[in-house]
Amino acid sequence: MIREFGLIDVMYLIAAARWTLALTATAFVGASLIGIVIAIARILPFAPLRWLAAAYIHIVQGTPLLVWLFVIFFGLPLAGISVNPWIAAATAFSVYGSAFLGEIWRGALVSIAKTQWEAGASLGLSLGEQLRYVIVPQSIRVAIPPTVGFLVQLIKNTSLAAVIGFVELTREGQLTAAGTYKPFAVYITVAAIYFAMCFPLSQWSRSIERKLDVAR
Amino acid sequence: MKYGLQFRDVFAAWESILEGVWITLLLSGLAMVGGLVIGIACAAARVYGPAWLRRIVGTYVEVIRNTPLLVQLFLIFFGLPSFGVRLDGLTAAIIALVINLGAYTTEIVRAGLEAVPKAQVEAGHSLGLSGLQVFRYVVMFPALKAMFPALASQFVLLMLATSVVSQISVEDLFHAASIVQSRTFRDFEVYTVIGVLYLGLAFAFRGLFAGLYYWAFVRR
Amino acid sequence: MSLVEIHGINKSYGSVQVLKDVSLDIAKGEVVAVIGRSGSGKSTMLRCINGLEPVQAGVIRVDGTQVNDPATNLRKLRQEVGIVFQSFNLFPHLSVCDNITLAPRVVKKQAPQAAREVAREVLARVGLEDKLDAYPSQLSGGQQQRVAIARSLAMRPKLMLFDEVTSALDPELTGEVLKVLESVAKEGMTMILVTHEMGFARRFGSRVVFMHEGRIHEQGPAAAVLAEPKTPELQTFLSAVLH
Repeated sequence: MIREFGLIDVMYLIAAARWTLALTATAFVGASLIGIVIAIARILPFAPLRWLAAAYIHIVQGTPLLVWLFVIFFGLPLAGISVNPWIAAATAFSVYGSAFLGEIWRGALVSIAKTQWEAGASLGLSLGEQLRYVIVPQSIRVAIPPTVGFLVQLIKNTSLAAVIGFVELTREGQLTAAGTYKPFAVYITVAAIYFAMCFPLSQWSRSIERKLDVAR
Repeated sequence: MKYGLQFRDVFAAWESILEGVWITLLLSGLAMVGGLVIGIACAAARVYGPAWLRRIVGTYVEVIRNTPLLVQLFLIFFGLPSFGVRLDGLTAAIIALVINLGAYTTEIVRAGLEAVPKAQVEAGHSLGLSGLQVFRYVVMFPALKAMFPALASQFVLLMLATSVVSQISVEDLFHAASIVQSRTFRDFEVYTVIGVLYLGLAFAFRGLFAGLYYWAFVRR
Repeated sequence: MSLVEIHGINKSYGSVQVLKDVSLDIAKGEVVAVIGRSGSGKSTMLRCINGLEPVQAGVIRVDGTQVNDPATNLRKLRQEVGIVFQSFNLFPHLSVCDNITLAPRVVKKQAPQAAREVAREVLARVGLEDKLDAYPSQLSGGQQQRVAIARSLAMRPKLMLFDEVTSALDPELTGEVLKVLESVAKEGMTMILVTHEMGFARRFGSRVVFMHEGRIHEQGPAAAVLAEPKTPELQTFLSAVLH
C-alpha cells in the first residue's frame, strides 16, 4: 500500500520526536546521577577510586554506542532482567552519557584553583564540605556550556535507539519512508526536526560560554 | 534453566570478524583523510575567506553538527536515488563519514588557527614576512600543536561512530556481529567480543596519535 | 608552655629538600616575622604548621596537639589556626558575609543570625562593616585581604598565620592591611608572618626568624636582629631588601 508523503506524515514525525526528547531526558537524568559520582571519584585523593573511574570512562568511551545498546539489550535478560527497547535504550544511553558527563564535570571541578580547596580546608571544612560549599557551586558555571553541548550529542545519538526497534524520530522516519517510497523528503524532514531541536541548544551553549569568557 | 556463556562459536567465525575489522579500518582511514582535507579547506575559508563563503561554510558546519550521522547516512543512501544518484553502501558510507567529520574538523582547525595569538602574527608581519610566510613559519606549528589533541579524540569518536554504516548493510565490524549472531544465536557473547575489539581499536588509535604527537611536537 | 613547637622537621619535593631540620618554639602572644629570600622555605614551613603540607620527619605541635600525626583531627586543629594567603583566596561566588560565616555555620554549627553578628563584628575590626553584603569582585585588593583576615578572625583562632599577605597588593594598598595586622597584634593574638615588610617586622615583631636554604639561619629579638645582623647571609639579604 503506497500512500503520499503529506502533512499528516510530517505531524506524525513531529509527534515521534517527543519520544526522542523523552529518551534524551531520561538518559540525561541517568547519566547525570552516574556522571557526578564518576567526576568526583576522579578528583578525590584516593588512587584506587580514581583508577576505577578512569577505567570506566576509557571503556565506555572506547566502545561504540551501538555495542552498548546491543550488549544491554541482550545482556540484561541473561541476568534475569526482562527488558523492552525503552528500558534497554534508557540504560545504554545512561551508561554512555555518564562517561562523557563524568569527563566534562571533572574538567569543571579541576578548573577551580587549588587555592580554593586550601582556603576551605584551612577554615576546617571537611573534604565533602569543601566540595559542596566551595568547589561545586563555582564549577557549575564552568560546566553549563559543555553540558548543554553534550545534550545536543545525546539528542542526536538517541537516533541509534531506532536500531533496537525503539520508535522515536528516526525509526518513525524509517517506517514512513517504507510506507511512502519518498525517502528523501522523509529524511530531510527528520533532519530538519533534529536541527530544530539541536540548533537552539547549540547556540545557547555558545552564548553562555561567550558570557563566561567575558566575565573572566 | 541457567544460561551458560559460550564463546567458542563466536571465535570460530573469526574470518568474518577480521573482514569486518578491515572494513572498519578502511572506512575510518578514508574518512579521517577526507575529513581533514575538508576541515582544513573550510577552516581556512572561514577564517580568511570572503563573507559569503564564510556564511556557506558556517551553514554547512551547523547543519551537520546539529543532525544525527545516521540520518545523514540514510539521506545519502536512501534519499539520493530519488534524484537518480544510486550509490553502493560503501561509497555512500564514505561520503557520509567524510561530510560529517569535515564539519567537526572545521571547527577544531579553526579553533587551532585562532589559538595563535594575534601579537605573534603582527610580530611576523613587522619582521617583513609575507602572509604565506607568516602562516608557514609563525602560525602553522603552534596551531597544529593546539588542535592535535582535539583532532585525535574526534578521530577516535569517528572510528567508533563508523559502526552505524552497518545500518545500510556495509559489512564493517559491527555488521560482522549481526552475521555471526544470526549464525550462532549467541547475541550477548557476540556483541561483547565485538565491543572488546572496538575497545582495542580505540586504544590502538589513541596510542598511534599519542606517538605521533610525541614525534611531532615533544621530541624536538 | 609554647603554643607552637616545631622540632627537627624535614621536607622534600622529590630530590629537592626545602626544609632541613627546622626547629622553632613560639610562646603565646608572640608576633614572629619570618623573613628570607624566595625559595628559602619560609612559606612551606608556615603551611606545615596547619597541616596543608605534610612533613617527612620531625614533630609539629600546636597547643599540645601533634599536627603531623595521622590520628590528629586536622579539621579541629584548623579551627584554632587561621591562615591568610598572599592571593586572598576569598570564595568568589559568596558574599562577604557568606565568606565569613561559611565555616562558623558549617563547622561550628552556629545559627545563621549569630554567625551574621560575628561577621559584623569582625568586619568592624578590619574597618569594612559597610561591605557585609558586597561580593569579592566588587572590592579592591586591600579590602579583599582585610575580608580574608576577618574570615579567619571569625573562627576565634588561637594562632594566626600570614603568608606574604601584602605581596600581591599595589604599594598604596599595603598600608591598610598592615594597619589591620597591627591592631590584631595589639589585641594579643599569636601571629606568625612570612613577610617582606621589614618596617612592620621591626615595629611589631617580638622576634625575627631569618631562613636561608631551608634552615633557620639566624633569629632573635626583632629590633636587634634587624639592626645588627650577625651572619653575612642576613647582612646581604637585609641590604638587598632595604635598598
